[in-house]
Amino acid sequence: MRARLAALLSAVLVAGCGWSGSDAATTATGGGGTIEYWLWDSGQQPGYQKCADAFAKANPGLSVHISQYGWDTYWSKLTAGFIADTAPDVFTDHLAKFAQFVDLKVLRPLDDLAPTAGINDGDYQEGLAELWKGQDGKRYGSPKDWDTIAMFYNPVSLQKAGIDPATLKDLNWNPQDGGTFEKTIAHLTVDANGVRGDEPGFDKNNVSQYGIGSDGSGGGGWGQTQWSNFAGSAGWQVTDKNPWGTHFNLDQPAFQDTLSWYYGLVRKGYMPSFAEIGGNNPVGPDKQIQSGLAAMAFDGSWKISTFTGLTDTAGKKLEIGIAPTPIGPTGKRASMFNGLADSITSLSKQPENAAKWVAFLGGAECQDIIGESGVVFPARPQGTEKAIAFNRDERKLDVTPFTDQVKDKTTFLFPVTSNAADITALLQPRMDAVYIGDAPVSSLSTVNNQLNDLFKVAQ
Amino acid sequence: MAATTATPVRKKRPDDTKLAILFIAPALIGFLVFMIWPTLRGIYLSFTKFNLLTPPEFNGLDNYIRMGQDPVFWNSLVVTLYYVVVNIVLQTALALVIAVMMQRLTKRTWLRGIILTPYLVSNVVAALVFLWILDYQLGIGNKVIELIGLDRIAFLADSNWVIPTVALINVWRHVGYTALLIFAGLQTIPETLYEAGRTDGASEITMFRRITLPLLRPILALVLIITVVGSFQVFDTVAVTTRGGPIDSSRVLQFYIYDMAFGRFQFGYASAMSVALLVVLVIITFLQYRLSRAEQSDLA
Repeated sequence: MRARLAALLSAVLVAGCGWSGSDAATTATGGGGTIEYWLWDSGQQPGYQKCADAFAKANPGLSVHISQYGWDTYWSKLTAGFIADTAPDVFTDHLAKFAQFVDLKVLRPLDDLAPTAGINDGDYQEGLAELWKGQDGKRYGSPKDWDTIAMFYNPVSLQKAGIDPATLKDLNWNPQDGGTFEKTIAHLTVDANGVRGDEPGFDKNNVSQYGIGSDGSGGGGWGQTQWSNFAGSAGWQVTDKNPWGTHFNLDQPAFQDTLSWYYGLVRKGYMPSFAEIGGNNPVGPDKQIQSGLAAMAFDGSWKISTFTGLTDTAGKKLEIGIAPTPIGPTGKRASMFNGLADSITSLSKQPENAAKWVAFLGGAECQDIIGESGVVFPARPQGTEKAIAFNRDERKLDVTPFTDQVKDKTTFLFPVTSNAADITALLQPRMDAVYIGDAPVSSLSTVNNQLNDLFKVAQ
Repeated sequence: MAATTATPVRKKRPDDTKLAILFIAPALIGFLVFMIWPTLRGIYLSFTKFNLLTPPEFNGLDNYIRMGQDPVFWNSLVVTLYYVVVNIVLQTALALVIAVMMQRLTKRTWLRGIILTPYLVSNVVAALVFLWILDYQLGIGNKVIELIGLDRIAFLADSNWVIPTVALINVWRHVGYTALLIFAGLQTIPETLYEAGRTDGASEITMFRRITLPLLRPILALVLIITVVGSFQVFDTVAVTTRGGPIDSSRVLQFYIYDMAFGRFQFGYASAMSVALLVVLVIITFLQYRLSRAEQSDLA
């Protein structure tokens, strides 16, 4: 009797383990011929679903299951998946993260798999494909899209201030007096009494509309949507070389002067403070424009569909315009040039199938589908053209402020380094401190030494 | 053994050790697998360099030396202590008042039940709700403050406000549960003592000081030990509302450990900090136990 009870108990236990085991296995491999694919941008899911359908049609017996998780959840789920063997076969990868994954040996080199071995750098916008090669020279991501930064604005706010939107493309800035850019945002700033930022009697502590919105301190992504275009147009680079820089330039005057001026806009009352945008749970630039908190805001090209989908409180569609980043002390404008790619996990039980899907994602057919869905700029030039045409014809929106940066070669690449998670952990609180006003810009020199030390330890 | 030989007449009591083991086994296995083994492995990992995905490398005391020199670690310890003090002092004082009121003033079950409701809300949901209420731009909390004629407060985005705010959110959630525990303790105090007190003409306040508090001491000690240990492990409220910010002002130890392990893949160092937290908790619990003489009751 007792033996039977014990047998029953152990049977239940084994069954329990078996069940969770097989569950994990289906998540990891997707069962028979189903490729698990993850992405974080819900706006892009419909486009990629179309690609997945086309892929399934072209490859009988194979199908793709797409899962979408928000940015923060995405990365923690992915990390947990690597540990628990529940990671997807293919996932959307970010330049800020992929070096760490290469170090952790969780990515499969695409050169080793037949369908992706032939990826050609020249098929994509210049410089994009090279970014995804590791320090070992192997390719870990197949380029899928690219992005640049521009300024979104509310035409109604501009009209009320008597500013012609056509003049925005000629704005310039410098770290001394901020140039015409600062004059413009000062004029667009309105306090609670209706006094503009450049008029006498302006109350900077009681602002109802800021000239320029804020996307936080920028400590987490090298100021991509915050100060990177200013620092870039002042001729500054984050690291000694890119990709794989090992020495940082946060102690250089060009950087510190730029940031001192940039965060100075908060002190002048032209840009919302850290607390006003919600601290570490910030309200994004799109919401700031929507709610009327800001008249203009820098953001990335991946946000075009978000901005153009904004409505007012009555549910009426908001007018949105796009202007390029201002011209800096170098006489040129600048934008960070970043791109996403698809990576294959080393845990995938069906790497060849996964590679087929990755090759399809990077191929002309899928990239054209993505371009026509108008959410991001596909990595292939032809797909990019389709996205421009879609925005022009369907949305009546001129997106050349984003694309001209590439055409005019005024972009600089997203800084790709090792130890990215440590860099963010060290930099984020210190950048926040500067934004809040708790620490001077010069305090970033100390952080710079810490960042450099990270790479001395590693070598 | 001696009993069986000395009294052969008496019927031998069946040996139920095996059955006892069988009944204990599920709990024991769970305890070993989910508590003891992870603790031992955590202590082992604290002496290694481990990134979760490649095998751990033994590196001696490196993690502990680094901990001693890490200003963020020491800051997070101070922040955690600050949180625990604010959280426990307010929570215990409020819970005591609520428990006494539950016992002395009302006997209604539904009223006693209502006090427990915040505890039924999950930590994450409570944190999210307060995140909205206290939002600087749109939160109803700040609208009310403006109506009163005061300036808006960035409760969760201002270095001076975050820890008190997070502590108060958790007081809101846990005070009912703590009050219930204390209330259970109050029930053990014989009513006759209060009758005697009333006969002698003692006021409610005097009776509270002279009868309730001294006799409640063992229960109060138990409640404090449980809540202090729980308070030191504050994580979810911080993860939802502030993520350690602004700057490092709400970077409590558990959040720093989590970020080190799962954000920065430094599992060895994170384990070392967990061991440090374990040591701190053992010392504090030991001191509390001794100072409050929790194992003795004055009722006997």
